[in-house]
Amino acid sequence: MLHIVNKSATERNSLESALRMVTKGSAVLLIEDAVYAATQGSVAAAKIQSAMADVQIYALGPDLDARGMSSRVLDGVKVVDYSGFVDLVTEHNSCQSWL
Amino acid sequence: MSDMMDDMEEGGEGVVKKFMFVNRKAPHGTIYALEGLEVVLISAAFDQDVSMVFVDDGVYELIKGVNTKGIEVKDFSKTYRALEGYDIEKLYVEKASMDARGLTEDDLIVDVTVLDSAEMANLMAEQDVVISY
Amino acid sequence: MKIGIMVSEGPYNHQASDTAYLFARNAIEKGHSVPRVFFYHDGVNNSTKLTQPPQDDRNVVNRWSKLAEDHGVDLVVCVAAGMRRGITDDILAPGFRISGLGQLVEAGIQCDRLVTFGD
Repeated sequence: MLHIVNKSATERNSLESALRMVTKGSAVLLIEDAVYAATQGSVAAAKIQSAMADVQIYALGPDLDARGMSSRVLDGVKVVDYSGFVDLVTEHNSCQSWL
Repeated sequence: MSDMMDDMEEGGEGVVKKFMFVNRKAPHGTIYALEGLEVVLISAAFDQDVSMVFVDDGVYELIKGVNTKGIEVKDFSKTYRALEGYDIEKLYVEKASMDARGLTEDDLIVDVTVLDSAEMANLMAEQDVVISY
Repeated sequence: MKIGIMVSEGPYNHQASDTAYLFARNAIEKGHSVPRVFFYHDGVNNSTKLTQPPQDDRNVVNRWSKLAEDHGVDLVVCVAAGMRRGITDDILAPGFRISGLGQLVEAGIQCDRLVTFGD
């Protein structure tokens, strides 16, 4: 399953809940304000890094760029564009948005 | 209507998918609980395999003993009890969400199945369509 | 693949409609089809022809209309959510139509994927 999270981890608990309910082999895509969680020094960085043991974490590049965060992405997080977003949706058997 | 949807309808007869409706928001502060319920009720007409899950503040949607007179909004809490009449019987709550809010099954207006986070994760991973609010 | 989309927030207030549009456009460019976009909750506000955003920024409503015109995307506005928020047939932008929640469920059944964009 592809889990899509769109809110900042310091604004909402959706990332925290999503990470509690991912199964091994799933993927998490951070979009919109959620991309901050994929940056160095963010409150969620430790959670993201430990989740990487079981799931692949992606962040939407255009949203990182729009927020001036592109140079601060955590190692191991894969940056994708909208085309990559579409690929993630089609490659996983289903998707769930954590709003 | 789009030609693409017309084309699809011919092959769509009898398809049963696992639909999950994910409720994570408390009632009344926003409209998602109410309008979310409206989707679930409509889904009953389509004979799909429907589950409703309540996670995080979504568990508050099921609290019994509400009285909305003071805030002058419609009380829709009893609608959760009507779901059974629509054959929507698979209602799940996450134990961690209940515990974090000091709630037990006795606080809820309907019978539910309590799942731990891993069970909830597995249930989610099995679904074909997940609609979140 | 056939990818259905649900948009749960209105234009400008949230990024949901923007992200959904860019996702849809990219999906189509890659050769997938987006048969239906269903607008629910405040998402119904994406359908009104009455918006007049500043000229130097994107026109969210018009972009959806153009996607419908160019690629046959079915833009459906939920009737119940629309009535609550004052969306009626006479103010719909081109390409949008008002219909029931069943259209969302149907999209879930008949598309290969259904992606939700919201708050």
